[in-house]
Amino acid sequence: MSDQDKILKDVTQSDYKYGFVSNIESETIPKGLNEDVIRLISQKKNEPEWMLEFRLTAYSRWLEMEMPKWAHLKIPEINYQDIIYYAVPKQMAKKESLDEVDPELLDTFNKLGIPLEEQKMLTGVAVDAVMDSVSVKTTFRETLAEKGIIFCSFSEAVQEHPDLIKQYMGSVVSSADNYFAALNSAVFSDGSFCYIPKGVRCPMELSTYFRINAANTGQFERTLIIADEESYVSYLEGCTAPQRDENQLHAAIVEIVIMDNAEVKYSTVQNWYPGDKNGKGGIYNFVTKRGLCKGVNSKLRWSQVETGSAITWKYPSTILLGNDSSSEFYSVAVTNNYQQADTGTKMIHIGKNTKSTIISKGISAGKSQNSYRGLVKISKNASGARNFSQCDSLLLGDKCGAHTFPYVECENNSAILEHEATTSKIGEDQIFYCNQRGISTEDAIGMIVNGYAKEVLNTLPMEFAVEAQKLLQISLEGSVG
Amino acid sequence: MLSIKNLKAEIDGKEILKGINLEVKPGEVHAIMGPNGSGKSTLSSVLAGNDRFTVTDGEVLFNGKNLLEMPAEDRSREGLFLSFQYPVEIPGVSMVNFMKTAVNEKRKYLGQGPMSAGDFLKMLRDKKKVVEIDDRLTSRSVNEGFSGGEKKKNEIFQMAMLEPKLSILDETDSGLDIDALRIVANGVNKLKTENTSSIVITHYQRLLDYIVPDVVHILYKGRIVKTGPKELALELEEKGYDWIKEIN
Ligand SMILES: Nc1ncnc2c1ncn2[C@@H]1O[C@H](COP(=O)(O)OP(=O)(O)OP(=O)(O)O)[C@@H](O)[C@H]1O
Ligand SMILES: [Mg+2]
Repeated sequence: MSDQDKILKDVTQSDYKYGFVSNIESETIPKGLNEDVIRLISQKKNEPEWMLEFRLTAYSRWLEMEMPKWAHLKIPEINYQDIIYYAVPKQMAKKESLDEVDPELLDTFNKLGIPLEEQKMLTGVAVDAVMDSVSVKTTFRETLAEKGIIFCSFSEAVQEHPDLIKQYMGSVVSSADNYFAALNSAVFSDGSFCYIPKGVRCPMELSTYFRINAANTGQFERTLIIADEESYVSYLEGCTAPQRDENQLHAAIVEIVIMDNAEVKYSTVQNWYPGDKNGKGGIYNFVTKRGLCKGVNSKLRWSQVETGSAITWKYPSTILLGNDSSSEFYSVAVTNNYQQADTGTKMIHIGKNTKSTIISKGISAGKSQNSYRGLVKISKNASGARNFSQCDSLLLGDKCGAHTFPYVECENNSAILEHEATTSKIGEDQIFYCNQRGISTEDAIGMIVNGYAKEVLNTLPMEFAVEAQKLLQISLEGSVG
Repeated sequence: MLSIKNLKAEIDGKEILKGINLEVKPGEVHAIMGPNGSGKSTLSSVLAGNDRFTVTDGEVLFNGKNLLEMPAEDRSREGLFLSFQYPVEIPGVSMVNFMKTAVNEKRKYLGQGPMSAGDFLKMLRDKKKVVEIDDRLTSRSVNEGFSGGEKKKNEIFQMAMLEPKLSILDETDSGLDIDALRIVANGVNKLKTENTSSIVITHYQRLLDYIVPDVVHILYKGRIVKTGPKELALELEEKGYDWIKEIN
């Protein structure tokens, strides 16, 4: 066995460091999906009638829909009756004071590097921590409230800000948008809500941390962000799950609405359990994320670092409706072992002089499959639209695959579209060159991959860029051989 | 410094090194010459720990330690340096970051703490002067888009940074213009001490005018078939390899 193979073995057997299970009792409802289950979820959450109706309408639509087949993914049959749709860590009426929160729960988030005691928090980051189906704690709420910023769990928003929810929920991703969006709309349990009022720059990063803990459960959360005129917010989402042999389903929705001259940065570090080295277990991640640049000169930037999940199906997209609005999509997607990712973006240009930029970096190792799928659509009235797309693929080893599917639909001749694509490979000779200079294979891969992904990592908030850098290296450890 | 006994190595089942014996003492410069394909680069790769080659027999001691048991990075950290015949490009990794990592990894191995940023930058500046390498080159990605000659200069710059005990220069002269050859050779000479040694692989006497060898070896078909004083190189220049081929 060569050294590289040995390292490969060592590391892929230790790997995922967030795979622990917390010993927290949870209250679950029985497996299965039907109208009664949806009524039960709604009842447990004490929801108003209109919310239940929204769910039931979505459910009836979902029943008529079929799982999408166009992605470059092999998705095993999912038995939707075999999933628990609602799991709550016990004692979980949300507590005002941390003293009342189950210490085991606090400990879980501490282990994940997300301390919920505010004085210990990274300064400048407010966190909404979601475990299984519910939000556990939202930090810095009072500080934010002073500026009129609302940052709370989705369930609380339904109770406390029903007008905003009614107005915006489903306005960017309708409950009939696609199969997984319909499913989410029917059974979603919690998530984050954020409203930045007119003229306010949010003084700290907002972040939601999702953790699946209970077995056999699916996680279905939704996030709604509204940035009113001339406001600004940077938002980060992180996620992990225990190491389990069975696959778990995660189907989320993110909706973002951005008004005149407002700006939103939405960053994701996706680190769901990817399955073991033989492809057993792991999260199926089917996510619909979409932003509406509604106002004039509104801006949305997506940054994502995707290292986890057994299957990723995800296309954060922007509708550029306001004139002079713009959007950027920066992505690094890493697949190793038997992971599959089909990810990319859609930029829909509707307003005049709208701009979009797409920088996608795929990294594939092991026997994984990594696809970029993107659509740039220029509508008839979108005069002066511009897009620049760059899709790079990096291969480690020769058993993995990288694919790009860039689609363009252009109905306006004044548009300027540029597309670049490259494929490269980390060669054994590059690794050996580094080894000869005293740099270990692990460090060499980390260095090369981080160099390759730099442009994307640089768009993340500082603290998270460092985390993401480490994560990239860990996900790829031992993958050349 | 280096003691090679009956070293045999193969690649894809084909034996390339067929029993090499070589003894290099501290302070010595050894030249290895020999026709194309005779196994010179293979020998340097095997010594540096490239696991594409399989060692089938023999023993190599490097300052008393069993070299063949060490992973490539430890051989480097122990003070073995290879200037590659064909240096590799590593896009996206800056020369500065690359060198900082290399220097600090070696220090860590030797039980020393990492270098301060200030000390490192000073070292970088000093060593750049030794090989007269352009500032622009060190601010780019490792070897990316470097010309053939620039890559070779960059190898010697890295050698200067890592301060090895034993340097193997695999055709560092090829691709260098006349001025660059002189600069690179002077650089190598400046780095030479009575405790360091080099193995210089070359096809031409030209380089050996500057870097004067103590011993010259001729490698042919995976064996050292002749060893002599520096005049042996001159003889080869004059007569070519035919006479060697005839007697073997
Ligand atoms: N992967 C391989 N499979 C088979 N033979 C190989 C392989 N790699 C190298 N060789 C052979 O090994 C022999 C020695 O090659 P090597 O590069 O060591 O020669 P060299 O003496 O450095 O030559 P040059 O002077 O041209 O640089 C050559 O015949 C070469 O073709
Ligand atoms: Mg050679």
